[in-house]
Amino acid sequence: MNARSELPGLIDHSKTTNGYIGQSTPRTGAKKLLQGRGTYLDDLRLPRLAHVVFFRSPHAHARIKSLKLDRARQQAGVIAVFNGQDIAAFCTPWVGVLGHLKGIKSAPQHAVAVDRVCWQGEAVAAVVAESRRQAEDALESIEADWELLPVVSDMRQALEGKTLVHPDLGDNICFHRELKTEGFDAAWAAADVVVEKTYRFGRHTGVCNEPRAILADYNPADHSLTVYHATQAPNMMQDIFSRHLDIPESNIRVICKDVGGSFGIKVHVYADEMATAALSVMLRRPVKFQADRAESFLTDIHAREHEATIRLACKRNGEILAFDLEDLTAIGPYSVYPRTSGIEGNQVVNLTGGPYRHQQYRAKLDVVFTNKNVTCQYRAVGHPIAVALTEGIVDEAARVLGMDPAALRRINLIPDDHYPYSFPSGIKFEKLSHHQSLDRLLALMNYQDLRAEQASLLEKGVYRGIGLAAMIEVTNPSPAFYGVGGARISAQDGATLRLDPAGMVQVLVSVTEQGQGTEAVFTQIAATAVGVSIDKVRVITGDTAVTPYGGGTWASRGAGIGGEAVLQAGKALRSNILDIAAAILQQDKASLDVRDNAVVSKLSGELKLELAELGRVAYFRPDTLPMGFQSELTVTRHYTPREYGFTFTNGIQASYVEVDIDTGFVKLLKHWCVEDCGTVINPMLVDEQIRGGIVQGIGGAMLEECLYTEDAQLLNGSLADYLVPMSAEMPDIVVDHVQTPTRSSELGAKGAGEAGTAGAPAAVMNAINDALASLGANVSTQPFTPERVLQALGKVA
Amino acid sequence: MKAPSFAYEKVANLEEALQRLHEHGDAARVLAGGQSLLPALNLRLTHPQWLIDIAGLDALRGERLRHEVLELGALTTHRELASSALVRKHLPLLAMAVPYVAHAAIRNRGTIGGSLALADPAAEYPAVALACEASMLLRSVRGERKVKARDYFQGLYQTALESDEILCAVEFPVARSSERFAFEELARRHGDYAMAGLAARAQFDAQHRLERLHLAFFALGDRPMLAPQATACLVDQTINPQSIRDAQQALGADLSPPDDLQAKAATKLHWAKVLLGRVLSSLASHQGA
Amino acid sequence: MSDPIERLHVSGSVHVSESGHAFNAVRGEQKMPVRLQVNGERIEREVLVRQHLVDFLREDLGLTGSHLGCEHGVCGACSVLVDGELVRGCLMLAVQAQGKQVQTIEALSDSGELAILQQAFLEHNAMQCGFCTPGMLLTARALMQEVHAPSRERIREYISGNYCRCTGYQAIVDAIETAIKRRHALEALHALGQQKVSNTGEPEGASV
Repeated sequence: MNARSELPGLIDHSKTTNGYIGQSTPRTGAKKLLQGRGTYLDDLRLPRLAHVVFFRSPHAHARIKSLKLDRARQQAGVIAVFNGQDIAAFCTPWVGVLGHLKGIKSAPQHAVAVDRVCWQGEAVAAVVAESRRQAEDALESIEADWELLPVVSDMRQALEGKTLVHPDLGDNICFHRELKTEGFDAAWAAADVVVEKTYRFGRHTGVCNEPRAILADYNPADHSLTVYHATQAPNMMQDIFSRHLDIPESNIRVICKDVGGSFGIKVHVYADEMATAALSVMLRRPVKFQADRAESFLTDIHAREHEATIRLACKRNGEILAFDLEDLTAIGPYSVYPRTSGIEGNQVVNLTGGPYRHQQYRAKLDVVFTNKNVTCQYRAVGHPIAVALTEGIVDEAARVLGMDPAALRRINLIPDDHYPYSFPSGIKFEKLSHHQSLDRLLALMNYQDLRAEQASLLEKGVYRGIGLAAMIEVTNPSPAFYGVGGARISAQDGATLRLDPAGMVQVLVSVTEQGQGTEAVFTQIAATAVGVSIDKVRVITGDTAVTPYGGGTWASRGAGIGGEAVLQAGKALRSNILDIAAAILQQDKASLDVRDNAVVSKLSGELKLELAELGRVAYFRPDTLPMGFQSELTVTRHYTPREYGFTFTNGIQASYVEVDIDTGFVKLLKHWCVEDCGTVINPMLVDEQIRGGIVQGIGGAMLEECLYTEDAQLLNGSLADYLVPMSAEMPDIVVDHVQTPTRSSELGAKGAGEAGTAGAPAAVMNAINDALASLGANVSTQPFTPERVLQALGKVA
Repeated sequence: MKAPSFAYEKVANLEEALQRLHEHGDAARVLAGGQSLLPALNLRLTHPQWLIDIAGLDALRGERLRHEVLELGALTTHRELASSALVRKHLPLLAMAVPYVAHAAIRNRGTIGGSLALADPAAEYPAVALACEASMLLRSVRGERKVKARDYFQGLYQTALESDEILCAVEFPVARSSERFAFEELARRHGDYAMAGLAARAQFDAQHRLERLHLAFFALGDRPMLAPQATACLVDQTINPQSIRDAQQALGADLSPPDDLQAKAATKLHWAKVLLGRVLSSLASHQGA
Repeated sequence: MSDPIERLHVSGSVHVSESGHAFNAVRGEQKMPVRLQVNGERIEREVLVRQHLVDFLREDLGLTGSHLGCEHGVCGACSVLVDGELVRGCLMLAVQAQGKQVQTIEALSDSGELAILQQAFLEHNAMQCGFCTPGMLLTARALMQEVHAPSRERIREYISGNYCRCTGYQAIVDAIETAIKRRHALEALHALGQQKVSNTGEPEGASV
């Protein structure tokens, strides 16, 4: 761990007595959640609130021959029933493409389908009623006549293109990318050993505890729209509502109440949510859409359906020369707006091989349309695939070479003093700590002892496995992620800090909160930066009329980007406070400081002026201040990362499992993660974020899959049949940190929210395969169900 | 999802309940604990016109120990079963099964009658009833009848219950001191419906040979299944590696599990064999009750 | 018995009755008067018979602390107490609560019954988005009533019917362990206090 003095330009703690950075202070702002006194979107009541439920296509691909809505309109409580054309008059369609993904293409998508439906669950009509139950009743009165169209459900068939999802597009390829480094062929020829494997990843989804929710409230008097939205990116939504509903941007106010989990699911534009906003405009009253669990499974974005072949070329001594990747991934019928569904595959190409110092790389990616549900960015976007491919094939190589997996990694991880570093896929690393992290991990898990335990238990017929997964993770993205492609998605964020008259500090930040604790982190930073105690700080996020303009929460950017804005604003506020104090006290500003809610003598610490008193004077008695002096107790600062396109972090995980070779069941005994996310502002929050991410990754690796028929019908759209991780099967998870702060900000914080999910599937897979290795068995298709383990063992066909 | 409309009546006594079912037949559903009915209603998987709430029928509560038989009222909750001294003492196989049923909140309201009336193929109690040769007490306006478990479970969610009948109680023969029991199930997560399960009841003679054996498999067919061929391999034998292997082999003729979302038929049959081996070993070591 | 309730395979048509069930022929919505106690208050309302208990609490009484995560009894976010027993509020009709006492997270918080658990949750950061938290707290309370000194494994088993997507469950297990230790310590102190009373015949401090 770096010594405090090495941290660049950090607040000199010898000057303040209340530095909260690095402390595990509890989230006092979350007390209301403990009492059931949060306000989630479905808790809101407005006068004349109407509820919308959507009539959804039962078919994966069909033309709407006729749609009879009259009987539905007559049902009890029904206010209106609309079809796609009705809503298209108020909400324009969109296409999910961006300029920097060369050649990406998609078809226009409407809020409610017009003419043709492209996936089972796509909305075809909207029923608005006084209550949700009445709207659902009315659905049963809608008569639809369909002309079934050919369905594309298999990714290979989609790639072949005999049947097209969108005939106008000519093929089913949303996005294709190839890259090859100059020395690739030579490196491949120089290899002593080549290992190859094909891995499959089952499509799965986020399953936020609170399903998607939106309440739109249009005011015809001033052509303004207030949208209460369980979204991660309120300013982005503000822009999108504005452009597609033709309402001036600043007439739109997006407010985020408490959000019950997001994980990327709630950062995208959903057709039924756009429809809800349009309905409010059409009906001139508030309209709420609260998805239920069934709709959630059917229409929340899915992710991670890949079939990838990876090859690794190395020397006999273990030195990796090159990776060769071919990735095929199936998305839905539309590239999701506005971030596109090409990004996940693009990340797989960017990140495969990430921790290692090979120089040569070749990759090919095809992202294909199918008639299953739409897919898009979901926590750790692409990383779980890239890390599993990389770490899986590295372990394969270790087996072939007869080397210990940790030793093979040791040879190939980028050395800790080789930075800044340019990686073959084009990404750049500022400074990582792979070796330090590996050291820490092996010590933490008592690696040698575990290996000994594994060996002795094997003699007794007990099959245990240890799996490692080294990783890099994208955090704190600059406009390189979306902005450069033309998306109106902000990569900068702002914080406004205000000292209130009674001495408390109000903090308004454009980064949002869905439970990860961003508000708590900002409380700590603000308190530290200004010089107040933590109980004097209040944070407000998620209101576009109130908070600064910014990007919101995604790609693990909250602490790193929002936090830096808070830090800078806090420092500026502290300086302004001292200006006023100097004026009041008639003392040199340089001799003063702010500590513990008061202005003090910098040298002696003697109390000079309580902040509450300073506030009283500044706000109510400026007549007592020198002529020409204006107090400025509200300060705003914005921040965007400039030097690096992405601030990469690194980490390494380990999984210890026991496989029951008779039943195929895998017991997760323990899990470890060493994560370097730079300055850790609140270890307790970061650690449980990592654990939550790991469990979510384990879900995808072991349990979760959206199962479809050949006709692209979802088979398991309920929590009874789609298995999410529950507490009894999850291991205890040990988390530790190395801290390599980024120099691109004073705070030095990188992101941490997705790291757990990025590495967990790889670690678990490698552990299972380590356990099965002595039996010559190997699993490569996620989720690793007991059946797949038995198939690998040859015990069932 | 919100439940569709239905009419609701809470009946004061059994006669009223039976009268309603007689009037409404298929259009009515009995509401007891509601732990299976309400999910189906909320998901709009079922559209009954009438809900007849029988929660107030004290006649369907309680335990009655008579001679060789323990009768459990249909409205006995899982929780009551778990804490019942009589069940622990006289129905050890049932006591073994209760902890596998869902979670605490559901055990507080769900009932044994509800479980047996629904007869989910992956549920625990139907298999226990089959293994123990329990009898269901059914009543209608036409009278009362007793149906043995092997005749009661007829198909996928199909039981002998007519649309105008209510399951009032289940009668279990009490365990003999010489009997041994074992229960095992495989599920991905604690509390889930089983992917494969086995409830077993055995009687050994003085030479440790099996005099009687009831193997009731669940989650491996459309209803709980006895395994006559596997059983035949074991009767009059001791439990030893060979007899276990023979029985496992024969199981292929007894069970034809369907494919389901979790596993294909071949995998389920494999699990059945593994469970059989484990249960037989457990019985042999007299670990079971 | 005909018309079996299908397993919870929500396949194909979510809102369209492809399965052939006719729209319910019962005209109009049946309502019933219901008298019950909610959080110590006497409540009398006309309720829709098809309305489940949590919808009644949320919609009719404005008690939004109990949440809906699935409405088919799997996630546990809807947990409430009925006559002191832990129950899934989405699996109970409001009319079934006739004559009963219902308690929600709000009242259990205000009464202080959950204070030890809530403090432990706060210290261990056992809640993130908070959606599962009321259900998790009520379940933890039920565990503490039912099992005196549960192992970590037993704790995990007991709360395994409550879905959390944010934490890794570990902080929740840690918090429950801490709460149990503190409860035991308080009980020990209390017992000590009682002992002192009975020894000396005079009440001495230590009332908790």
